[in-house]
Amino acid sequence: MSPEIIQAIVLTTATAATPLLIAALGELVVERSGVLNLGVEGMMIIGAVTGFGAAQLFGSPWMGVFAAIVCGALFSLLFAFLTLSLATNQVATGLSLTLLGLGVAGMAGEQFVGLPGIKLQPIAVPGLSELPVIGPLLFAQDPIFYMSILLAIGVWWFIFRTRAGLTLRAVGDNHGSAHALGINVLRMRYLAVMFGGACAGLAGAHLSLVYTPQWVENMTAGRGWIALALVVFASWLPWRVVVGAYLFGAVTIAQFHAQAQGVAIPSQFLSALPYLATIVVLVLISSNRRMTMRNTPASLGKPFVPER
Amino acid sequence: MKHIAKLTLAAFGALAATGAAQAADAKACWIYVGPIGDYGWSYQHHQGLLAVEEAYGDRVETAYLESVSEGADAERAIERFARSGCDIVFTTSFGFMDATNKIAARFPDVKFEHATGYKRETPNVATFNSKFYQGRYILGQIAASVSEEGVAGYIGSFPIPEVVRGINSFMLGAQSVDPDFEVKIVWVNTWFDPGRESDAAKALVDQGVDILVQHTDSTAPMQVGEERGIMAFGQASDMFAFGPNTQLTSIVDDWASYYIERVGAVLDGTWEQVDVWGGLADGHVVMAPYWNMPYEVAAMANETEKRIMVGDFEPFTGPINRQDGTEWLAEGETATEGELLGMNFYIEGIDDQLPE
Amino acid sequence: MMRVELVRRSQHSALFSAVSPLIALAITALIGAIMFAALGKSPVAALHAYFIEPLTEIWSIHELLIKATPLILIAVGLSICFLSNNWNIGAEGQFVMGAIAGSVLPVLYPGLTGPLVLPVMLVMGLAGGAAWATIPAFLKARFGTNEILSSLMLVYVAQLFLDWLVRGPWRNPEGFNFPETRSFHADAILPEMFSASGRAHYGFVFAILAALVVWFVLSRTLKGYEIRVLGESPRAGRFAGFSARRMVFFAFIVSGALAGLAGIVEVSGAIGQLRPTISPGYGFTAIIVAFLGRLNPLGIVAAGLILALSYLGGEAAQISLGVSDKVANVFQGVLLFSVLAADTLIRYRVRIVRPAPARLEPAQ
Repeated sequence: MSPEIIQAIVLTTATAATPLLIAALGELVVERSGVLNLGVEGMMIIGAVTGFGAAQLFGSPWMGVFAAIVCGALFSLLFAFLTLSLATNQVATGLSLTLLGLGVAGMAGEQFVGLPGIKLQPIAVPGLSELPVIGPLLFAQDPIFYMSILLAIGVWWFIFRTRAGLTLRAVGDNHGSAHALGINVLRMRYLAVMFGGACAGLAGAHLSLVYTPQWVENMTAGRGWIALALVVFASWLPWRVVVGAYLFGAVTIAQFHAQAQGVAIPSQFLSALPYLATIVVLVLISSNRRMTMRNTPASLGKPFVPER
Repeated sequence: MKHIAKLTLAAFGALAATGAAQAADAKACWIYVGPIGDYGWSYQHHQGLLAVEEAYGDRVETAYLESVSEGADAERAIERFARSGCDIVFTTSFGFMDATNKIAARFPDVKFEHATGYKRETPNVATFNSKFYQGRYILGQIAASVSEEGVAGYIGSFPIPEVVRGINSFMLGAQSVDPDFEVKIVWVNTWFDPGRESDAAKALVDQGVDILVQHTDSTAPMQVGEERGIMAFGQASDMFAFGPNTQLTSIVDDWASYYIERVGAVLDGTWEQVDVWGGLADGHVVMAPYWNMPYEVAAMANETEKRIMVGDFEPFTGPINRQDGTEWLAEGETATEGELLGMNFYIEGIDDQLPE
Repeated sequence: MMRVELVRRSQHSALFSAVSPLIALAITALIGAIMFAALGKSPVAALHAYFIEPLTEIWSIHELLIKATPLILIAVGLSICFLSNNWNIGAEGQFVMGAIAGSVLPVLYPGLTGPLVLPVMLVMGLAGGAAWATIPAFLKARFGTNEILSSLMLVYVAQLFLDWLVRGPWRNPEGFNFPETRSFHADAILPEMFSASGRAHYGFVFAILAALVVWFVLSRTLKGYEIRVLGESPRAGRFAGFSARRMVFFAFIVSGALAGLAGIVEVSGAIGQLRPTISPGYGFTAIIVAFLGRLNPLGIVAAGLILALSYLGGEAAQISLGVSDKVANVFQGVLLFSVLAADTLIRYRVRIVRPAPARLEPAQ
């Protein structure tokens, strides 16, 4: 493959990976707090429809981004209230949230079908964007791409370098002792879930404002599930989420290029490659069991009810 | 206590009954495989339903079920329609074929119309489809005329006869203008996933094609074309709004005239089993306005469209060779409907292997 | 601001175990009524369409059983996984592989007929699902690979494999190259129970049997104890001499086998051939069913029937009220949330706490 093609693959990959990355980073924070929210797909589609709608209503894609973040967070509050305040089962509640989200988004978006969206335009950093190879990749992208990179760094910094991050991890690892230390476990988890919702909303906005600026029902097409898998893939480490999202995106894009060059392998097998690649890579890296164990939030999925 | 229960039940019954108490002459019902908000296949069928409502007003009551899975749910959905007073049921996806025939056998008084299938096991089942490939021949002619690179990128959903037919017809049209025209084909394994379709379109553009053709439903490839300055053809709907500087034309599924005609036949009692494969001539396939191209090209496209319409020309007319160079159709010979229906090979000039 | 506080009950409330479904129904009905009224539809007619119409006709009850069968079969198996802390969320893939394996005989050897065909198909379905589930089990036991990821990813792989088969090597030779296999011959079809009144097949009997057997194992045998102990505390399990590694295989194989059985039962009983789409997501919905049934096989039977009812009711409402299927999805979500929330009352007392009036802090 020629260098131009490789650069093209990398550029396209960035667009495909960004929504996965953002949603997965949000879910990573949620899971680090000990909560398993399987409703990413539902929150994402809420972000996609509200992002599209607000951009149309106000004529500005930035309003769309803002609305998607807010609505994603608000929608996740529903999950938070049920699982945290009422201690319902997290897995079932999360799956139900996905059902509800797909339904609500479909209802809300009925009048948007067939309208071209308003694209959030790329921002080229003057000077830097003209650099060969890395210029177009790193400095001439859409704003949400920049946000995703900042988010990855921010989440890493928050979890491992701040006091609040330490508290978050403590809550996720052992909510009983965190509570005994005087940490307000439920408040921490509420905040984490809402952060996850906001991220999923932003990821949805990327779909309907950047990736494919339009609204159609079910346009997330399972990306929320991939984001969930990426958190596990990453063993709850932010930098590995970046690797996972880009690996998944790159294999997807590369197989299209292979097809276009006439590789005679059934397309179903090529389409299965990203999934298989993710498993294989995870197997290779999960042989380091101690590191995986250390980063797995031990209270994941378990409800916490403070004893009074 | 018993009394209250009885009253409640009575109230339920009375209120439920009011909904159904409309005096329509016929009830027409549709089953869609996707959501009506897909702006593609199911959306266009639903436009047909709306056209029927428009045409007959209060005389016809309509109902629909969307996103019906092609598994066991289909049979239940069709039976529910048959039992809920529908006089005619349109089942609009290939996967509903056996379910349609099974239920039809048990409800002889209800008419069934199945889109894109071939089984008509009882007299109350009709089948209908459109010759979209006729439009694809025109796309091929346009593509070969406006392309500078001489290479088109083709986004396919699944390698089924419908899509393979379209690719062959497209290439026949292209070869009639430029015998060396090439096509790069990418299968996305979905009818509908804007993100994947967009990724495939970008990959094709990066591989050097300067025309995009899609046989998937979303407008995403059109948007990629618009963004990258690459010409593109729409599919299912007129996608002009998504590519005002890019859309050359679009093959529009127009089911309205067919649905109005068939529901009309139910109304005046003249409904009969048919196997309709309508094309440009019947108004089932409509070309969106020819745009973003030189006048001569549009004129040529128009000319071909007219010739197909009046029955003067049919894309699959010999001489046509198969991909390996062996003869398929001799000079002047046309393909049979059976050959068209089950087409699973490429014609000569397509440098790609059909996935098996 | 008011706050909700939960107080753990010393033991599960028997009263609320019985009453909570009714409370959930009442909440659902209330929210649903408001929603339908807001959409300009008669709330009473809507609730009638949802909860009563599907139960008033015999054929519809048959359909209810058909719809509930795969949900119950899969969820019963998943209960073992979830109780033993094995996160199998790839039942959808195991369902598909069971359907494929079970279909080998009627698709590739249509000449083979006789009464043995069906039992062999069912066994192969069980084996196919179990084999597919063994992959994440093996990866987890051998390499410590997280099973949430591997089982989920294998769903997509299984679906694409099915897609390839029915569009390629397994497609019906007389089917004009359309993507479906040949129709199963009569000996390969799972018979209907009461064919005079509807098409419900014996799959529902399998589902009930599976639920009873697993219920017995979980509540009355040492194996059930082992499952629970290892699920609650692997360390305690080790002390008791149980092997967590063997449990991984046991849980995945049993749940994979039941999902595979559900797959071949669905294909042989309700569809009659393989197609690119054979499941509208049963494997994922069954996860909800499993938890809705509180991971108790008998509860799962009830939960499966309720969820199936909500699908059928959704269709009835779409037709009789003209609401879209999105509304049906939303209503289903409301129903699920209500059931989950009402269940809280069994384990906890709910207190609504008003904040004490603002006090003046004494100055330092």
